[in-house]
Amino acid sequence: MGSFFRGIWNTKGQARWILLVGVVITLVFIVFAVLAPWVAPYDFNQTKLDGAKLPKLAPPSGTYWFGTNDQFYDIYSRVVWGARTALEVIVLSLVISIVIGVPLGIASGFIGGWFDRILVFVNDAIYSLPSLLLAIVFSFLLRGPLGGGVTAAALSITAVYIPQYFRVVRNTTVSAREATYVEAARALGAKPFTIMRKYLFGNVVQSVPVLGTLNAADALGTLAALGFLGFGIQPNEASEWGYDLSRALDDAQAGTWWPTLFPGLALILLITALTLVGEGLNETANPALRRRRLRPVVFPRREQDEERTR
Amino acid sequence: MPTKPEPVLDIRDLVVHFQLQGGALSRLLGLGVRTVKAVDGVNLTLARGEVLGVVGESGSGKTTLGRALLGLVATTDGEVVYHDRERGERRVSHMRGRELRQLRTDLQMVFQDPHAALNPSMTIEEAVGHPLVIHGIAKGDELRRRVGEALERVGLAPVERFLSKYPSDLSGGQKQRAVIARAIILDPEVLVADEPVSMLDMSVRAKILQLMLDLKTDLGLTYVYITHDLASAKYFCDRIAIMYLGRVVEVGPTEEVFANPRHPYTKALLKAIPEPDPERMVPRDLPRGEIPDAAVPPLGCSFHPRCPEATSICGWESRDLRALIEEHWTRGSAETYARERDLVGDLEHLDRPDTRPRVGAGGALEVRGLLAEMRAEDPDEPLWLGVDAIDDDGDGVRVSFHPGEDPQLRAAGDVDVACVLYP
Amino acid sequence: MTPIELEEQDATGVDRGPVLEARDLRVWYGTDRGPVRAVDGVSFELRRGEILGLVGESGCGKSTLGRGLLGLLPDGAARDGELRFQGRDMLALKPREQHALRGRDLGMIFQEPLTRLNPLMRISEHFSETLRTHDKSISKAEIERRSLDVLRVMGIPPTRFRAYPHEFSGGMRQRLMIALTLVMRPAFVVADEPTTALDVLVEAQIIRILHDLRREYDTSLLLITHNLGIIAEACDRVAVMYAGEIVEIGEAREVFSRPRHPYTRELLRSTISLRTTGLNYIEGAPPDLVDPPPACRFHPRCPDAMNVCAQRHPVDRDHGAGTRAACWAADVAQGLVKLDDREAAPLPRGEISVADEA
Repeated sequence: MGSFFRGIWNTKGQARWILLVGVVITLVFIVFAVLAPWVAPYDFNQTKLDGAKLPKLAPPSGTYWFGTNDQFYDIYSRVVWGARTALEVIVLSLVISIVIGVPLGIASGFIGGWFDRILVFVNDAIYSLPSLLLAIVFSFLLRGPLGGGVTAAALSITAVYIPQYFRVVRNTTVSAREATYVEAARALGAKPFTIMRKYLFGNVVQSVPVLGTLNAADALGTLAALGFLGFGIQPNEASEWGYDLSRALDDAQAGTWWPTLFPGLALILLITALTLVGEGLNETANPALRRRRLRPVVFPRREQDEERTR
Repeated sequence: MPTKPEPVLDIRDLVVHFQLQGGALSRLLGLGVRTVKAVDGVNLTLARGEVLGVVGESGSGKTTLGRALLGLVATTDGEVVYHDRERGERRVSHMRGRELRQLRTDLQMVFQDPHAALNPSMTIEEAVGHPLVIHGIAKGDELRRRVGEALERVGLAPVERFLSKYPSDLSGGQKQRAVIARAIILDPEVLVADEPVSMLDMSVRAKILQLMLDLKTDLGLTYVYITHDLASAKYFCDRIAIMYLGRVVEVGPTEEVFANPRHPYTKALLKAIPEPDPERMVPRDLPRGEIPDAAVPPLGCSFHPRCPEATSICGWESRDLRALIEEHWTRGSAETYARERDLVGDLEHLDRPDTRPRVGAGGALEVRGLLAEMRAEDPDEPLWLGVDAIDDDGDGVRVSFHPGEDPQLRAAGDVDVACVLYP
Repeated sequence: MTPIELEEQDATGVDRGPVLEARDLRVWYGTDRGPVRAVDGVSFELRRGEILGLVGESGCGKSTLGRGLLGLLPDGAARDGELRFQGRDMLALKPREQHALRGRDLGMIFQEPLTRLNPLMRISEHFSETLRTHDKSISKAEIERRSLDVLRVMGIPPTRFRAYPHEFSGGMRQRLMIALTLVMRPAFVVADEPTTALDVLVEAQIIRILHDLRREYDTSLLLITHNLGIIAEACDRVAVMYAGEIVEIGEAREVFSRPRHPYTRELLRSTISLRTTGLNYIEGAPPDLVDPPPACRFHPRCPDAMNVCAQRHPVDRDHGAGTRAACWAADVAQGLVKLDDREAAPLPRGEISVADEA
């Protein structure tokens, strides 16, 4: 792991810029998300100020920076709170899918046999379904017990990503299992669990951070798509960009641009930023993709010429 | 040397077979799984305190044998018995799970590739100390102390310079020292070393071998030294077992094996080693061909197709005939080949082992003439010794080979040899 | 720098000079830490049909030199000095011209033959591709004739001409690689550890084939190996390389029986052979070629080091019997130089621990 971060720090050229831009934009969103209660003038579901309703579809101004929408929400506040929702869902779904997918992948790859075959079959079946469809189905199923909140949305997305981690980790495990150091561990008398924990885990999780950041961007898109289609987070649970976009679509056709522009912009910016981080990490962590930096060789003039040749 | 050597390991009729899956297509078609006889009936005894060399080419089964000694591969038949000082005879080949894991405090292994034998994400301290953690023998300060001791013993000193290093920071020789430290930290009785120096630079090999010799004296170890390198085996081992295609073909005291090699394979190996001796020339009378497929070994003695001293009873068969015909074609011109190919016809069917193969498609007389020509070309070819009769059969001939004998290990002087020349 | 004076071509146009001639050749790699001096001022020549062995520990620049001679270098590597092949200045050639020379006049044999053969192509297709690359108009019959000829010399029966690479054993594959290299009848071939992956008996077969090449093909061969036994058996001359430099070069027989350079001597002593009665080794490891030791690069590990060895680079000198070596101690022993007492005093040696070994 240490070398991983050292690698990132030492990234040069294009990859470094990609990574830097991505990280900076992402950090801005994180700051807004964390400080939402202080930077957003209104609550995410606040439509009234001191008993008076906010104006409907007010254009951007000094009071309402991004304007208001047809539900009397302040768009700027909705965007800021939306960042918080987005990050909550991303973090939650990533953590859950990694916590489930990685151990499952290691166990499946190491134990092999029928256990492996069944898990691979189930995961491939899930993987082959369109991810959005899968998320919609899960969101339906989870809405009953969990309601239309952040947890339900995160879990629906988790279902889509577990197979990805499973797949990557399982395949690296299968090749790592044949490595001499794993046989050496057996020869030392290590239990299978010890081998998985101490000898395989550290060597097969290295592809996870890259996959994680790339998935984060994808997860955000899926979340927005769910919201847009009305299967995502309900407006009274949390602010969510996709939902806001779908509400604002009719107004956009009528020429009211601000309710679509700002949530849309936020969505695109964060997805782009996360993708940049993922690509940057990928290039850093994956030596095959990374072009070695070459320094031109300049041959110095030889001082010892007369000494060398007779 | 003790008068009556006390055995540590007994290998009795050990057989290890592997099932080889064919390609995707043959699996779909349900074509049989091939069985590779990696170890095919080996008997050996390892005496306490000795160094036993197991020498062979790749595919001889020496590595599988080494793994079977530790119970790392499943035994198909026969047994490996470990004579535990406290607990008496224990059958390694029939142990499983917990019992097998505990055995590892007594039997340890050093691997060929030091670059792959250490977990890349463990520091040297963790890696070398892990056996003690696994077996719950030491922790904390005690663990640290013993790791330090082991590293010092293998020459990785000053210890502080290595404790926090990762394998990637170490040179090949240093890694192998760490692997050895990890193997001896449990204070084992027997160390199986599978080509411990073959991946190292020549200037380091001697150092590692010297280290292993020192450890043997200091710790009272018993070694099984698996190698393809006869020269290092000669220096390093007390006794040597030469393996070929899953069998031991010759075993005996090192001095005797080298001074009077008996099996033609041993002789060939000794002749083939390139020696840094300016007076030596390229050896020319070496066995042809390569180690055959262990899934379908030659009939009779496995070495007979390559053996320069083969006799009539060594197990001559159809595949040898095919090889001979093909070899004949590497000597003639393209026109001869074109003509004779039509004369001989299909050769594929000769790949099925058969002591009375039929060959030829252009007339019995012509085929007979070709065989006679081949015989005249190289009258010393041992295959002809095994030909009992050549009979006409349609437009070709049927070659009847003498029935072969599968030689068993038999005492010949101070050594045991498996060769019909030593009945 | 003065141009190399070639032994001129005679009136018939037949090249009587060396096939290959390197003078002060350098091959460096650029890295962030500075250039890696993998080959640093190497001079030698190779005559027609001659086999020159190149030996040394790993990390001494053997492979880089082999590839550098053929121009098979990765991006970021640069060559400098003089390199002449059949009289042509190789370093002045354009990449396209170099490429045309490779495969036709220059060949390479690698350690792992399977990685160099396309598993989906029959042997016959490999040959026709190789031959067509350099001669578009070659006929099918001609391809078959030339391929079968060279296969026969390699001991591969013509029945296997249409087989796929995976149907061959390890030794046969290496024979195939050699056949594919030789079918163009190159004048110079580099063989980089061609037998390292093979078993002893098969290794001996391949060595014999390489040794007999000149009889059939008149090819000059640079045989890179770490196995001194192979050099002794197969090579006419041997060059010993240490830390990017050739420290000794001469007739194999002479170098093996009377090594001039302490590195050659120690290398021979550390080799484990059937005649080994005691284990010897060279302390330490080859240096980092980004920052090699000053003066003689071997002095930190040399048992014979004198003060001068750490101060001045040794001069490449003729040591008689066709041997050249670059070593102060050897010079003194041969009476080629006189050193004052201070220079000739033994060099106080720093402790070399395992921590620095290879």
